[in-house]
Amino acid sequence: MRADPAEYRLVSPGSLDAVLLLMAGEPAQWLPIAGGTDVMVLYSAGKLPSRKLINIWNIPELQQIEVFPDSIRIGAACTYTALRNHETVSREFPLLVTAASWTGGIANQNRGTLGGNIANASPAADSLPALLVYGAELTLVSVRGERRVDYRNFHTGYKQTVLAADELIRDISLPRRFSGYLSHARKAGARNAQAISKVCLAALGQMANGAIRDVRLAMGSVAPVPLRLAETERLLAGKHIEPSLIATVKKSVPWEISPIDDIRSTARCRAAVAGNLVAEFLEMLASERTNA
Amino acid sequence: MKTLPETSAKCELSFTVNGDAQKVFAHPMERLLDVLRNDLKLTGTKEGCGEGECGSCSVLLDGMLVNSCLVPVAQASGANIVTIEGMSAHALMAPLQEAFLECGGAQCGICTPGMILAAVHLLEKKPEPAIADIREGLAGNLCRCTGYMQIFEAVARAARRRVPA
Repeated sequence: MRADPAEYRLVSPGSLDAVLLLMAGEPAQWLPIAGGTDVMVLYSAGKLPSRKLINIWNIPELQQIEVFPDSIRIGAACTYTALRNHETVSREFPLLVTAASWTGGIANQNRGTLGGNIANASPAADSLPALLVYGAELTLVSVRGERRVDYRNFHTGYKQTVLAADELIRDISLPRRFSGYLSHARKAGARNAQAISKVCLAALGQMANGAIRDVRLAMGSVAPVPLRLAETERLLAGKHIEPSLIATVKKSVPWEISPIDDIRSTARCRAAVAGNLVAEFLEMLASERTNA
Repeated sequence: MKTLPETSAKCELSFTVNGDAQKVFAHPMERLLDVLRNDLKLTGTKEGCGEGECGSCSVLLDGMLVNSCLVPVAQASGANIVTIEGMSAHALMAPLQEAFLECGGAQCGICTPGMILAAVHLLEKKPEPAIADIREGLAGNLCRCTGYMQIFEAVARAARRRVPA
């Protein structure tokens, strides 16, 4: 059933403060809409749970990218196009830029926002594993004030987050300390463009004295939430990359994730591919060492 | 940004479409696509999937390529909108039309307005695109007839004609 626009309200308070005030007045009543690439799909299908929408597109406070000496702060309503065009983001956060280039076609990248991707909380979102490995911190705001949340603790279950009913994501902060890392983003999907991932990987790694000094791994579409592979990371820390280690990882990764069968793939295929993607990254990291 | 009334009643919205100032009376959540087609009778913008996958409803909103099926019309308030009808005077239009004809880049024609707008959006940023740029620039536009190669070739040919070697 197509939605009848007469049954929906959409207000444009114009400033962040006015948006938060409205949300505080009637918590859980108002659904924020930025570029609409998720919300409008549900709306058109008549599946939108809320009848009251609040426009947060074109609010300048949510669209800035600020570069500080130790971190970069990305406004939640920055589009994928804005991320791809930003010099510091492109240079220092290639995993995020690659994920942005995977997200829909150009028209959707011109409208889709990073904050929207986070709030939509799909475990299949391509940009979320990148945020996990870069150690993102979110600023959540409401009329009650603001709080900073480690992004690792943001998703609590399938499409569940710690965002309160009167809160908005204001910005995403990334520490600028990964430029010396090998970064690798890989997506397994039915086609390159406009396809939701069957499995995707964001990986960062750094070698020292022939061994893994630090490794950070996160995956999408393999669990109810975008998942940091903490156990596999622990298993790899300090190790030399040998064939036996790669064989172990191919077992540990499927153990650590909890993939399902759905329209895009099967649990069995996802488990195998997930192990292979991490193995592929380790082989790259090993050859990085011999080249260095 | 203009504050809109807090009701689901219709409200007056103004924007520029193809260079002309327009006022429409619409519900804020009406899709820009429907307002263009039904209120302004600009039926060159097509509806394909209605969920942002196919690119048939592409328009330029303040110079940005967007799927008009995913834009609530209230978000277009005050904007500058260009539809396929507004492209006739554009410098890229003649080379693109000729190249699409010569290469067989249009068959049934439903995807063509979106393909042309995506091509213009690309060529304005990258006048000399590599084939990979063309593939990426048009990746959000689906075509059920051509198999795409003719369309990519048409865009490449139009770019070569416009930028003499």
